[in-house]
Order: sequence, then C-alpha cells, then structure tokens
Amino acid sequence: MRKFYTLLTREVRGYFHSPVAYVVLIFFLIVSGIDFYFQVSFMNQRQVQFTVQEAFFNSFFFWFAFVLIFPLITMRLFAEEFKLGTIEPLTTVPVRDWQVVLSKFFGALVFYLILWIPTLFYFWIFLRITNQPAAHSAGAYFGSYLMLLLLGMFYLSIGCLTSVLTRNQIIAAVISFCAITLLFFLGLVQFILLDVTSATRDLLGYFSAIEHMGTFSRGVIDTRPIVLYLSMTVLMLTLTHQAFQSRKWRL
Amino acid sequence: MIKVENLTKRYAGQPAIKDLSFEVSQGEIMGFLGPNGAGKTTTMRILAGFMPPTSGRATVAGFDVFEQSLQARAHLGYMPENVPLYSDMRVTEYLNYRAALKGVQHRRVAERVGDVEELCGLKEVKKKLIGALSKGYRQRVGLADALLAEPDLLILDEPTIGLDPNQIRQVRELIKNLGRQHTILLSTHILPEVEMTCSRVIIIHKGRIEACDTPDNLLGKIRQAGGVLLEAKVGNDNGAEELKKISGVRDVVTDGEDDWKRFSLWVESGTDVREEVFRLAADRHWTVRELTRRRATLEDVFVELTHPDLV
Repeated sequence: MRKFYTLLTREVRGYFHSPVAYVVLIFFLIVSGIDFYFQVSFMNQRQVQFTVQEAFFNSFFFWFAFVLIFPLITMRLFAEEFKLGTIEPLTTVPVRDWQVVLSKFFGALVFYLILWIPTLFYFWIFLRITNQPAAHSAGAYFGSYLMLLLLGMFYLSIGCLTSVLTRNQIIAAVISFCAITLLFFLGLVQFILLDVTSATRDLLGYFSAIEHMGTFSRGVIDTRPIVLYLSMTVLMLTLTHQAFQSRKWRL
Repeated sequence: MIKVENLTKRYAGQPAIKDLSFEVSQGEIMGFLGPNGAGKTTTMRILAGFMPPTSGRATVAGFDVFEQSLQARAHLGYMPENVPLYSDMRVTEYLNYRAALKGVQHRRVAERVGDVEELCGLKEVKKKLIGALSKGYRQRVGLADALLAEPDLLILDEPTIGLDPNQIRQVRELIKNLGRQHTILLSTHILPEVEMTCSRVIIIHKGRIEACDTPDNLLGKIRQAGGVLLEAKVGNDNGAEELKKISGVRDVVTDGEDDWKRFSLWVESGTDVREEVFRLAADRHWTVRELTRRRATLEDVFVELTHPDLV
C-alpha cells in the first residue's frame, strides 16, 4: 500500500510539475466559466423549467470541453515513460504491474477531480448573489458530480489504455480522443433515428452520456449507468494491465 | 548470486543472445565486456527483471528472475544504460521516491538517502532538478539509486560512460569499495577499468560467451601474452630465424625497411626470454636499441576474441 501511495503521489505531482497541467486547468476554467455565465444570463432572459445546475451540466460548451480534456490528461501516462525509458527503472524495482497501472489511473483521476473544484464555487457564488440555490436539492448536486466521476473514470481508463499502447503521446491523444468522441456520439445517434419504436434507438440510448447526465443532474440516481461505467472502467483497466504486461510475452 | 543457464533472447526472431550460461558468486566483481550490440544490455535487462528470456533460466539470489520476479528484484540494484530519470524531480526527492518503492523502511529513508548522496558525491546538487544536471551527475544519481536499498547484487550497465577521466577514477574507486560488500556485475567498454576492478571477466560477442575467466588468465591465453619486442641492427643475419631457436619462442614477426629491424616475439605464457635474447644479440654482435617486454592488455584479448582480423 505504501508503494502504491508513493507511486500515486509521484503521478499527481508529475501533473503539477508539467506545464500541460496548468494549460488544461486554465482552458477548463475559462470554458466552464463562460458556460456558466451563458447559462445564467440565458435563464435571466426567460422563464425556464430547469435549474442552473441542470443547465450547466447539459450545455454544448460543457460537453465540448469535457471530451477534450481526457486525451490531454492521459496521453502522457505511459507513453512518456516508454519514450524517456523511465519505465525501465520503474519496472525493475519490486513493484507489481497492477500497482503501476492503478497508480497512473488514480493519479489521473485525482487531477481530473481537481479540475472540477472551481465549479463548486460557481454554484456557491450563485447562491450568495441570488439567494437561490443552483439546484433544488442536494440530490441534484450529488447526482451530477457522481455522474462526472463515473464518466471521468470510464474515459480516463480509455486514455490509460491508449497511452500504454504507444510511446508517442500524440498518437495516444489522437486515439483516445477518437474513441471517446465516437462513444459520445454513439449516444447522439438516437436523436437522428426518427423511428421512436426502434430497438436500436433504445439500445443506443443506454450508452448516451448526455441522457445519463440529464437524469443524474435532476437528482435521479439510476443504477444502470453506474454499473455500466464501473464495469467498463474495470474492463479498460484490465486491458491496460494486460497491454502493460505484454512486454513479458511479446516477441 | 547469479546463475544463468542456457539463456536465449530473440527479438522478432533475431537472436540477441544465444545459449548463455555463467555464474557469478557472492562477493565477486564480474566484468561484462563486448562490442556494441553483443547482447550485454539484453542480458542485464533480463537479470534485472525488465524482460523475460525467450528460453533458458536465470536466478538472482536463488529466485527465478521471471517466476519470482518480485523477490529477485528486491535483491538487486540496477542502473540501466543511459540512466533514464524523471527530469522534473529534484535529486533528494527522486531518491526518497525510489527508496519508498524499493521498500526501504520509512524511518531509514532519510538516513539511506543521505548516505548514498554522500557516497556518490551528490551533496552539492541534492536540491537541483535532475533535468538541470550534467551527464556525470545524472550518472551518479543512477548509481546512488542502485545503492539505495543496500542490495546484495548490483547490476551496472556502463556506469562510467560519459564521465570525464577524474570522474571515471572516482567511480572506479567507488565500485572497488562497493565490491567489498556487494556482488557486482558491470558492463563497460573501458578495458583498463575492468583490469583494475574486476575479479572475473566475461567477454561476449554476437550473443555468445567467447571467454569467461580472471583478467590474468585471459591475458595468458592470447597470442601477444608475454611478448617481447626487440629493435636491433642484425647486419646480414636472418634475425627471425636466430630468434626462433630460443626455447619458448613460438613465432617471430619482423618489420622495418632499413637496417633497423623490429622483431615481435610471441612466446609461451609464463616465460621471459629477454635474457636469452640479450645473449644472442651479444654473441652475434647485433646493435640493440630497444628490448622490451610487451604486456598484453585486455584490449588485446578483446580485439582478438571479437575481431580477429585486426590482430
């Protein structure tokens, strides 16, 4: 456990030692700030049936920034170590491969969660100024941040997998970006299919991150997406572990 | 400490090492010599548990490097070629991190890190970023890292490459001192280093072991061992024929265009024929201006074994 903790600390620190972390942080802060501003001003202009918080997590801006950050966070995880050769000292100390894989995943997750901290302030500021909570209930906060965590875990694990497959960070970023965007658009296909009764439409609906976020940000905690994202994360991390170990059996 | 049996490693079908077998016992300093691409790094990587062999078996401190990799790794300190390091960390920070990964007890980390920094001369740069260090210091950080957990076995892949002559001397002294407590397997290109530090030498070429012996025995085995060089005016005599009559002389090579001839005598190992050569020269009234015994170096052994055309 101490070794895992040591590796995890190194991963998280590694982010803040590199300029990429700050670029991502600032980019994300700007986009989410603009998003929040637009949502609030939009609601100021007319009567709406939803809360600020629902609006914030379901806007175009939000999703745009959302799919973009994962490749940036995960591309360096393994690819950089392969490129610099630091994987050699790392794998010749008595540390298990799964410890390395999990520490990288959780390191990325910690950084991802840090990205979201400022958004909590947005809602707090909103409350202070308007004297109205951004969401009707604590459940809505809980639901939307839980969804962020679940989606984050799944997309970060995809990023881990693409990073372990190559020693080139750009390739890792492009592949994970494609994979995440494709998955994301898979959920959008149901809006194109006009036949409401089609089974395909229903099926694709189960994969729709937008739909999941919609339900969760209203405070409705559906267990199906929870199971889906957790199991997909475990699957991706297992594949990552296998790929990381492949140096032992690959010719 | 190390036992290697029939170790073979292929990369995409191309063998990098073929059927290597050797042993290194406790307390030995084993030198690992060979031209570039001979398979030194591959062998060391397998021993350090970085990758498995295609076939064959290797054990470190009694643990199979693949089957019981974790236990084997706990017994060794490995310094990879070119010393890859995290350039965004500071020296002490990096060593603390490595000590924790190697399972050095928490309360001993500070003491161990202090010790290896002292030993490797890193005190004055301990707060610097590794990315800002010179090659020589990076090399020493790698060595310090290998020593952190006080391993029984040190595997050092070219520890002195890229160092200046003073640093090489320091590292050599350091390795010699370390040899008192640790078993060491080190690879290098610098042959005097091996002669001075190693108790045994393996010469590897094209993935095969060409020789494995003590430096002295290796020197005895090759052609130039104990050779004698004579430079003299021999007049009308056939110098080479006369010299060959001396017992112990196996062969004589003559060169030199003018009156002064240079004779290189290849003699049996362990014999010194200089006295006989002097008597012969005195008897035949040769004018001698040089008579020396050529001590073979490991460089000769190396060249002879790995590139016989150059001899």
